[in-house]
Amino acid sequence: MKAAVVTFPGSNGDYDMYKAAQQVGFDTEFVWHRQRGLDSFDVVLLPGGFSYGDYLRAGAIARMSPIMEDVIAFANRGGPVLGLCNGFQTLCESGLLPGALVRNDVLRFQGKDIRVRVERTDTPFSSDYSDSQILTLPIAHGEGNYEADAATLQMLEGEGRVVFRYVDRSGSPTEEANPNGSWHNIAGITNETGNVLGMMPHPERAMERLLGSDDGQGVFTSLVASVPALSS
Amino acid sequence: MTRYSLEVRIKPRPGLLDPEGKAIHHALHSLGWGEVEEVRVGKVIYVDLEAHSAEAASAAATAMCRKILANPVTEDFEVSLSRELEGAQS
Repeated sequence: MKAAVVTFPGSNGDYDMYKAAQQVGFDTEFVWHRQRGLDSFDVVLLPGGFSYGDYLRAGAIARMSPIMEDVIAFANRGGPVLGLCNGFQTLCESGLLPGALVRNDVLRFQGKDIRVRVERTDTPFSSDYSDSQILTLPIAHGEGNYEADAATLQMLEGEGRVVFRYVDRSGSPTEEANPNGSWHNIAGITNETGNVLGMMPHPERAMERLLGSDDGQGVFTSLVASVPALSS
Repeated sequence: MTRYSLEVRIKPRPGLLDPEGKAIHHALHSLGWGEVEEVRVGKVIYVDLEAHSAEAASAAATAMCRKILANPVTEDFEVSLSRELEGAQS
């Protein structure tokens, strides 16, 4: 059961991601952006950070890294790919996920704990949660405002591809609970086949109750549970 | 081959929220320019390159926009040839 953490120049969540994957039992390796080949891995993880200093657009230059061709091929074969924060931005830039993440509507970098509601529990990333479970997870981003054209947004909602949504304490997706202006309070989405997930919150930074929250564990334990199913 | 200098102008798509433009709009209003109706912020990328013709130079810059320089979800782009550069090589 092997997990790859793809590291770009400027990634800073790579060690958190590595630790989270290891904690749930993955034999985890860092894969540098210039390396090639992901065939020996069961899951691919794209960490948070500021790859290439967010120059041009967040994730735009990381998307052109040699390893991204392999990430795209891995995803197209049905392999699970998880992108967190800058990883989500890179997945959108690569075309594996639709839409784009633009500047937060409040114009400020948002670093705080927020709540998300689990909208789908039949994905490789959320099967260990219960329906509509509310999670407390940290966010830390300047460009987390999810935007897409009207047809794409309609498709995402119609196909139930929103997996995590910003909500308030009572579980309602209110404007106040939305930290960045994302359309329909979108915090995380999947691709059409459900094997690629991008999300702005950081489950890998919510793995220990001692450090504030362990609500993020479910993302990683779900991935563990999905591996035998995917390889059979 | 001739050396060309091109300007690639990238701007947020109409209708898309442009928080940076909005912030500048507010700042202009508070400085007394109340007549300002809208501000949008884009960027200009200057590209110098060698090509066989002006058309080929523009075509190359357009291809760059489609591949990486602009994100079609959020941005529109325009390529314009600003000038031929000195020191053309054969």
